[in-house]
Amino acid sequence: MTSVITVPPSLDDYTFEQVVDQLAAVPRDAKVIIDARHTRWASPFGLTALLTLGQTREERASFTAPDNEDTSSYWARTGFFRHAEELFDLHGSVPKARGGESSVLLEITPVTKSEDVHEVVGRIQQKAQQILAKELNIDAKATVGFAMTLSEVCQNIVEHAGRGGWVAVQTYTWRKRLGRRVVVIAVCDAGCGFRESLESAPGRIRGDRWDDAEALEEAVVRGVSRFRDPGRGQGLAGVRRYVGRWDGKVSVRSGTARIAIVPSWDDDVPLQEKLAPFPGSQVQVTIPERVSGGPR
Amino acid sequence: MMMHIDVSSVLRQTVSCELYSNLVTRPTGAAVRTQIEALLADSRERSLTVIDFSHVGMIDFSCADEVIAKLLLRYANAERTDREAYFLFRGVTDDHWDAIETVLERHRLALVLETDDGARVVGIVDDGERVVWEKVYELGRTAPADLASALGAGESECEAALDALHRRRLVMRTDDGYIAVGGIGRPAA
Repeated sequence: MTSVITVPPSLDDYTFEQVVDQLAAVPRDAKVIIDARHTRWASPFGLTALLTLGQTREERASFTAPDNEDTSSYWARTGFFRHAEELFDLHGSVPKARGGESSVLLEITPVTKSEDVHEVVGRIQQKAQQILAKELNIDAKATVGFAMTLSEVCQNIVEHAGRGGWVAVQTYTWRKRLGRRVVVIAVCDAGCGFRESLESAPGRIRGDRWDDAEALEEAVVRGVSRFRDPGRGQGLAGVRRYVGRWDGKVSVRSGTARIAIVPSWDDDVPLQEKLAPFPGSQVQVTIPERVSGGPR
Repeated sequence: MMMHIDVSSVLRQTVSCELYSNLVTRPTGAAVRTQIEALLADSRERSLTVIDFSHVGMIDFSCADEVIAKLLLRYANAERTDREAYFLFRGVTDDHWDAIETVLERHRLALVLETDDGARVVGIVDDGERVVWEKVYELGRTAPADLASALGAGESECEAALDALHRRRLVMRTDDGYIAVGGIGRPAA
């Protein structure tokens, strides 16, 4: 039996949960159709998470592209269909990617090895400086921290996931929640996830409460790594510091939990537990446009 | 013996791509450090090496941990009796500093930075260590008695402070006194 998974009209890190909820009841080896016909917008998180969804299916899934031409043409420019065709049987109107998209700082890029991180960081630097300073009113000096943040979140895939993932960086105006422009980094993989990664630490003793939420708290808040090396765990701590300095937000979903470092402008829940399970780790970093008098 | 290591050259040899100028990822950092260690293997029992970041675009936390922290932990360490290795870091800019400062704090390390205005000690040093280091840097080759006189402190106290800085490889011990790393060739005050 084939199950139809409906992609919501607006796909972001919140609404992706609707997709995961639908998938929860479907065995991994069952045939699914991912129906994005009525989707009009997707964040970088939404697009990279859809690709990881394709990775998780044992039976190759079908994917129906958005009916809306602007939407599917935009998805093409982000590189989505180029990667999707390797994972899904594509249906509907799938346009060829033409020209660059100014709001796409980094089109969807696979990350599987250390060299990919070099490539991503090298490509982002020049464009990031221009966007951060001119569009987001953020000091040009923040560009280095932005590239470091990007590097560290991508490295989580290389170091811990056990399989490749994707990264995308984009700017847009976040009208619904913030009313300002933002730059968003999304890094998604369908690998082993934080809990399994930490469980692989030699000699690790599990506490009474050991689940995905506890694993996320350990890694994201307390900087715990599966490696004994005391220098480990600095990457996500550095990401947290950078995000805090620029009044940004970081959220990480892994397994059945999601943790967020929530700035004052957002009303997200810091820790969500008992979500529908989804493999791997999905990270989103959001840096908002700086308004005068805002943090420096 | 003083050796100069251009980190960006080592990086290009390591990642086998001329276009990469950023020190990112832990495997890259480990590979760069291994290359640096291979260069150090040819040095004498006591050596001063300039680690030059002038042509490095940026460095992330993971790479800083591999290249800087592990290098210091392994070589700038008094427990190591076979070799006295000193490092002077050159060309470090604001673009590198965030990652470097983070790993120094994490491992409670300190190093000497060469800047346009001279050298300075950065990282985890207490006020006393900093005062002593700066005075040695100012004086040039310094015996404990010279330092005691300059600071108005006891000689044995100064000797202990100099020994502590030497153990951290922030000053070099010679037959007739101590020299701050970064202070070699600098005219004495």
